[in-house]
Amino acid sequence: MPEQLIQNGRLVADRWQRLEMSEDADLGALSAAPILLPASLWCARRDQLLARTGEIGVSLAPGFPLESLAEDIGRFSLIAVEFPKFADGRGYSTASLLRQRYGYRGELRAVGDVGRDQMFYLQRVGFNAFLIPEGRDAEDALQGLTDFPDTYQGAADQPLPLFRRRAV
Amino acid sequence: MYHYDDYDRSIVSARVKQFRGQTGRFLAGKLSEDEFRPLRLQNGLYIQRHGPMLRIAIPYGQLSSAQLRTLASIARDFDRDVGHFTTRQNMQLNWVKLPEVPDILERLANAEMHAIQTSGNCIRNITSDPFSGVAGDEIADPRPWAEILRQWSTFHPEFAYLPRKFKVAISGATEDRAAIQVHDLGLQLVKNEAGELGFTVYAGGGLGRTPLIGQKIRDFLPWQHLLTYSEALVRIYNRYGRRDNMYKARIKILVKALGSAEFARQVEAEWAYLKDGPQTLTAAEVERVAMQFAPPRYARLAAENLTHLVDQHGEKAFARWVERNVKPHKVPGYAAVTLSLKQPGRAPGDATSAQMYAAADLADRFSFGEIRVTHEQNLVLADVEQRELHTLWQQAKAAGLASANIGLLADMIVCPGGDFCSLANAKSLPIAAAVQERFADLDYLFDIGNLALNISGCMNSCGHHHLGAIGILGVDKHGEEWYQITLGGTQGNAARIGEVIGRSFAAAEVPDVIERLVAVYLSHRHAGEEFNETLARIGLEPFRAAAYRKDAEIGEPAYA
Repeated sequence: MPEQLIQNGRLVADRWQRLEMSEDADLGALSAAPILLPASLWCARRDQLLARTGEIGVSLAPGFPLESLAEDIGRFSLIAVEFPKFADGRGYSTASLLRQRYGYRGELRAVGDVGRDQMFYLQRVGFNAFLIPEGRDAEDALQGLTDFPDTYQGAADQPLPLFRRRAV
Repeated sequence: MYHYDDYDRSIVSARVKQFRGQTGRFLAGKLSEDEFRPLRLQNGLYIQRHGPMLRIAIPYGQLSSAQLRTLASIARDFDRDVGHFTTRQNMQLNWVKLPEVPDILERLANAEMHAIQTSGNCIRNITSDPFSGVAGDEIADPRPWAEILRQWSTFHPEFAYLPRKFKVAISGATEDRAAIQVHDLGLQLVKNEAGELGFTVYAGGGLGRTPLIGQKIRDFLPWQHLLTYSEALVRIYNRYGRRDNMYKARIKILVKALGSAEFARQVEAEWAYLKDGPQTLTAAEVERVAMQFAPPRYARLAAENLTHLVDQHGEKAFARWVERNVKPHKVPGYAAVTLSLKQPGRAPGDATSAQMYAAADLADRFSFGEIRVTHEQNLVLADVEQRELHTLWQQAKAAGLASANIGLLADMIVCPGGDFCSLANAKSLPIAAAVQERFADLDYLFDIGNLALNISGCMNSCGHHHLGAIGILGVDKHGEEWYQITLGGTQGNAARIGEVIGRSFAAAEVPDVIERLVAVYLSHRHAGEEFNETLARIGLEPFRAAAYRKDAEIGEPAYA
């Protein structure tokens, strides 16, 4: 199966293991390998998860209250933002806030119903990784990153709006 | 007017290329209908009853004569020689073919135009006052601010998938001619006590299924903060607007649910992080854009006495046209002229290619080559020398653009309705035509005077029926088309939503009902009183009684 993870403009293998666990799951059995957990699980079991060594990433559902993670942003080396339907654009604001307000510098990954036609905007608000669903051409999706030669408004990828960069 | 530079050109061209690719992938079966829908919508392309409808953006209603000729050529080459001007100052084509749309967009791009974000759940075309720059009551020209907002909102990466569409209108005059209080975001240019320019901000207005007047959420926003504040406001909406029910997804529902004070508080809290950041506007940028809206080179003229001018010619038709279609101008010797797109036998707001070419020629000859589109679906030549009015009138008449009916009942706002639109519950054009026919007598129309009659073919309210002194709304009852009547709606500073008078009418009854409502007004009005004033004084009841009166000749109004 071809790789479907785009990271920093290239197709790469995914080193993260995504765990779908309920909030009362047994956490004792977790390995030290990088694990991606629902953000709600992090909030519910924060103390136990803090005691674990090994990288942790959290995955944010569309309505997840980002503010509740504010203290912990620096602890994650991966934050995934879920797009169950691409027409639900809340994740774009989530990404903007993570990059521009909370100063998150790690991998910010768009997950779910994403493809070529969302790539340009996703990249602009700060995503640097994209998990293209199986069945969609990830090589093709890469093309979407270069749809436009320039942009008017500031965003995470270029905080200066065009009017502060325009060569007159 | 604003001209593209290399940045603008390259961005719009890239959009054409992108959409050409998306259309190609869709036609090749590589994009599903669900995947393609939001992409085509954000390029103004709907799938309608007869095929695709393309909505072309006319930012804040401003066109050069060259751009209007481009629209005429597109209507001629890709449609059926006719375009429809909309209540959001855009133009719609009803008979385009999907594979040809990229070519249309390319032709538009060559004329510095596009169809970007004319539909879809994003920030739509920004509308404004058609008399901007020339009105005597102007505080500041809204067009530079509209253009600055157009650029900020174009391909805004965070706001392409909002809960629902988002419409912005901006007014720079003391009289609101841009209907800012029925927009998601309404901006009123104002000066504070220190004489500094800024905006009074309204949010949560809108028509549609739940008509609401916008709430004032900030008295004075200094101009420097227009973009950061707007970004904060739209972000609050993007994060917290409802997405579970498309009928409750507009920002007005959020503002109503939170209360305007709490909504304003949340926007302010968000704005605190963005304020004074890099998107804070600079005087240099405002100057760069404003320069492009500098006044044309007016001749030094003495103000004409229009009464004398009219008397000189001694033509009643000209006198009437001057009375209705000519507005004052802030520069002596000039006038703003409305070219009416409301003629018997033609859909309101429609212009043929020939009429568009003719209007472009008139603009070149009489008005510095510029045209504005009004949200009442007419065209405006904003800078006409008063001494040229008679010549202009003759030429406009020859082109079928001189109906002397601006503001009269015949100057109806009407959506395309069920003849074209797949959202519509009922036809609106035949209703408009029937009412037009009933009120064909110009003497009668002049006697009635100012009267806003607005017709929408469905709850989406593109025809602004809520804002008509008389509003007509097409509704579906068990698969049949019926028409609900509202009275007392008003646009502008005292914007008000009309009140439903009662059960709906069948299509055939509508002209009679309108005639009876007008008769009640005429029989009760005091001198100088407009329809809504009489209504406010005598109440709804006399109108209701007349509308539902049993009448042997026409039969009892049917129940629906």
